[in-house]
This record gives sequence, structure tokens and C-alpha cells, in this order.
Amino acid sequence: MDGPKERWVGRDAGPLVRPYTITRGRTRTSGIRLDLVTILVATWNPVRDHMRLTSEQHRLLAMCRKPITIADLASEIDLPLKVVHVLLGDLCEHGLLQEVPQAQQTPTGRHDARLLMRVLNGLREL
Amino acid sequence: MAYENSEPEGGPDDPRVALKILVAGGFGVGKTTLVGAVSEIRPLRTEEDLTDVGAGVDDLTGVERKTTTTVAMDFGRLTFADGLRLYLFGTPGQERFWFMWDEIAYGAVGAVVLADTRRLEDCFGAIDFFEHRRIPFVVAANCFDGAARHSPEELRDALDIDPHVPVVLCDVRRRESVKEVLIALIELAIQDSTAPAPVSSRTHY
Repeated sequence: MDGPKERWVGRDAGPLVRPYTITRGRTRTSGIRLDLVTILVATWNPVRDHMRLTSEQHRLLAMCRKPITIADLASEIDLPLKVVHVLLGDLCEHGLLQEVPQAQQTPTGRHDARLLMRVLNGLREL
Repeated sequence: MAYENSEPEGGPDDPRVALKILVAGGFGVGKTTLVGAVSEIRPLRTEEDLTDVGAGVDDLTGVERKTTTTVAMDFGRLTFADGLRLYLFGTPGQERFWFMWDEIAYGAVGAVVLADTRRLEDCFGAIDFFEHRRIPFVVAANCFDGAARHSPEELRDALDIDPHVPVVLCDVRRRESVKEVLIALIELAIQDSTAPAPVSSRTHY
């Protein structure tokens, strides 16, 4: 048994065990790059029993009926980002979610000037 | 008159393109206030496995048992026409969370480095980070009540930053002031996007 001085949890940390129980212990995502501003949307493919979706994954899937960013998903479901990544990665692998293609960056990693002009106009009208 | 929208998906308010800006700076410099001045603040929980980053981090001595840490991060969202969204992410201020920045910074349009003129050194690390990754950034000096006033040129000298980097004074509590900071950043990003790549007229050391 653990001694009384065993500390697994930092002072500021909330409940720590549960999040990675949700992901069945996994902390890594395979597959597509899940950025904070990646936009995901449900594919409406049927959910099969063998996928064994967790209740959190059902919630995420429901939130993705309309396109939504990962930042918004993580904020609304109130789970740590990394956990959300793992859960979303599964949903993508099962073909239940897909990424909404966005305007690509230029090969030099910069953003399209016309897109940035739209941002600029939007900011000026705020 | 309200229209009845029978479309099951692809509504006019749905995001089609989402861009992000980082708001960096020392702990307690006003990053959340800045984000909140132009958008509604949303909380984001990140939880990081410290054992992943133990190498090279020397202040973990004595906390080997602490396997994860929860870091709260704020973000704000601006919604523009035609499904365009701009997300503002406040980066965790403490240096021990810098390992998270690369992931947050990936694909960012640019960054606002928020500087407290009384503690300029707090933002040196952020400036280095964005300079090295060639991410466009502006330095915004938070000039709230009681803070000593410096001219942008004095600040530029003190921070030793390239002439092309905008230095603006701002009050992070005021929407108009924050708007100006963001506009300066987007203008810089537009310049960058149209400049001949990868070499520009900037001085690199």
C-alpha cells in the first residue's frame, strides 16, 4: 500500500485519474493532426456497437452535428484538451467525424493575404 | 421577419475558416483582460504529462511523483462574415509551460507579446520564441494607470527588437485599444504574406 506521504496529485490539480480512464489509458492520438482551430463535422455514418463509444464520445459526436472547432469542443465538454484529442481521434478513425477543409497556408507557412484582409476588415468593423 | 432555415447543416454561422492568434507575455501581465476586451472568454483545460517534458527541465526536482498537471488556458472567439473566425489564445505565462507553445503556435497567424513596462524582462522569452519561428508578432506595452510611460522607440531599444516589429502602447481593458493592437498584427501578417519568401528586408542576426 502507498505510504502516507505518497503524493500523486499536485496542490492545484483537479481530479486526475478520471480523464485518462475515459481514454482507456491512452494519452496519444493517432491519425490526423488535431489543432485547436481544426474544424470537425459529423459524417453521419452509423455508429456501430464494435466502436464501443464512451458517453463523452457520444456527446462530442452530437456537438459535431454542425461544424465546430476543437477549441470550442474542448471548452464545452470541459475535459482536458489532450483527452479530447484522443476521443476525437477515435471518432475520426471510425469515420464518424471528418475535418472541414480550410484555406491552406502558402508553402512558406504564411497565410493567404486575401483571407487576412477579410480578418482586417472584420476587426475594423468590430 | 424570421426565415425558417430547414438546412440540417452548413448554416451561415458555422465556422468555415478558423484562424488563431496567440497572446503571450509574463504571468499576470493582462493577457486574459486583453482577450476579454474584444471577445467572450472561454475556458480551456489542458492537462500535460510532466514526465514527457522532464528532460532538460531542471525545476522538477522533488516533484517526480507528480505525473500530470492541469493548466488553465483562456481563449476568445471573434466571428466575422462568411464563417470566418478568429481565435485568441492566451498562452500559459509561466516558463514551465513553454513546451505547450509549439503546439499552440502551430499555424498561428501571429502573436501579441504583451509587455509590462515595469517588468520588461518577463517578455524576452516570448519574443525569442516568435523570432526563432518567424511567427509575425507585435509588442503591446500595457499602459494602465500607474505604469511608467515610455515611448514605443524607448521600448524597442530596451527590448532589442527588429525595426519591422510594431511596438504599440495599449490599455488592455479598452476594446478600441485592443482592436488597434490586433489590426497592427494582421497588417504585419499581410506584409509578411506578400513579401518575397523566405528572405525579406529584415535584419537577421
